[in-house]
Amino acid sequence: MAGCDRSPVRVLSPDAVLEADGLHLWRGDRHVLRGVSVKVAAGQAVHVRGPNGAGKTSLLRTLAGFLWAEEGSIRWCGRPVGTDPDGYARALAYLGHENGLKADLTAGENLHYLTRTRRAADDASLTAMLARVGLGGREHVAVRALSAGQRRRVALARVALSGAQLWLLDEPFTNLDSGAVETLSGLIAAHVDAGGMALFTAHADVPLGGRTRHLELGA
Amino acid sequence: MTGAPVVSLPGACARVFGREVRLAARRFGQILQPVTFFLMVTTLFPLALSPEPSLLRNIAPGVVWVGALLSSLLSLEALFRVDLDDGTLEQLLLSGQPLAGLLAAKMLAHWLLTGVPLVLAAPLAAASLSVPADALPVLMVSVALGTGIIGFVGAIGAALTLAGRRGSVLLSLLVLPLVMPVLIFGARATDLAIRGEPAAGGIWLLLAMLILAITLAPLAAAAAVRICLE
Repeated sequence: MAGCDRSPVRVLSPDAVLEADGLHLWRGDRHVLRGVSVKVAAGQAVHVRGPNGAGKTSLLRTLAGFLWAEEGSIRWCGRPVGTDPDGYARALAYLGHENGLKADLTAGENLHYLTRTRRAADDASLTAMLARVGLGGREHVAVRALSAGQRRRVALARVALSGAQLWLLDEPFTNLDSGAVETLSGLIAAHVDAGGMALFTAHADVPLGGRTRHLELGA
Repeated sequence: MTGAPVVSLPGACARVFGREVRLAARRFGQILQPVTFFLMVTTLFPLALSPEPSLLRNIAPGVVWVGALLSSLLSLEALFRVDLDDGTLEQLLLSGQPLAGLLAAKMLAHWLLTGVPLVLAAPLAAASLSVPADALPVLMVSVALGTGIIGFVGAIGAALTLAGRRGSVLLSLLVLPLVMPVLIFGARATDLAIRGEPAAGGIWLLLAMLILAITLAPLAAAAAVRICLE
């Protein structure tokens, strides 16, 4: 149920589309999102930019369904996301400021539990994804013993393994060295090229070729 | 990335349960903390009062039950807090499964990991309070049921106090009044068993409360978690 169809088989759907219209969000007495609209179709990437405090994280958390916008609507494949929140959750993968990893478990164990609560996956695909993010041979190392950048890579491997059509990535490249930024933008680019969708925040430019559109948020 | 079937709810719950158990195995000391606290509190009474067996036998139900209640509260604080801090709670919300089901699996694991050690330690505490061996089955069954109720009802409190940074005092204030009936029926059943009288009534009432808690608490906890993640 990664795409629009409600079949139990996950395939990236070519007609999936995420539409957010006129989102207004207040946090306390702060008007964080002032009528933000964004549309992402299959095979598109959107780079959300703006100064600190512009509401980038709030926008992503709203799109992920953690925050409820006071005004505006979010539609997945034409249907308001509130009508089938679990189905929408299955279609999206979210990477927040926290990696969502258990420090006491190994990288492999974390991927095992996080991936297989969402979908069936064999061990080989988990190992292969770890190798692809540059952590080959490290699957038996406790996440506690990994560096901050390596933990971020494990978290991105989790997103890539989720089988979700829509990736919402909040500052995915924090703590990553330039080599890793290149590898992981390659991962995002491959996902988008395969008909996936990505909406991410980043302060630097991300080498995604011509696939990216920009969404500027004001302070 | 394509063609893989979606995981069923029982399958996803099994993963959540398995992760909790494996985490507990990695941090074995954390399992021992509440049970050590329980044993220390219950052994303080014979030391502080007098080693008179008839006196100890009279206060034993109350001492064991207050000890079990307080040590169960100790482990509640970390139930969702740790998951909130490392971001795994967010991922649980986005797994595309009903959150109440996944939280129920987590609470069940919590009961197993905190309740069972207390049940096993109860005979030791009872021995130090000169409780007759005939009363042990009732004591252990009532503690098993009681820790379950405290775990499930307490999970609602743990989820509600997530928003505050330091919720432990508030958590106790919220949960303690709700689990008073557990203390009353549990201690009463134990007391009856020590006197050699039939204690089944209290056990059935505890069982009824446990079933009610298992049915409703995950729904309430799921709603509370959603609110606190906002």
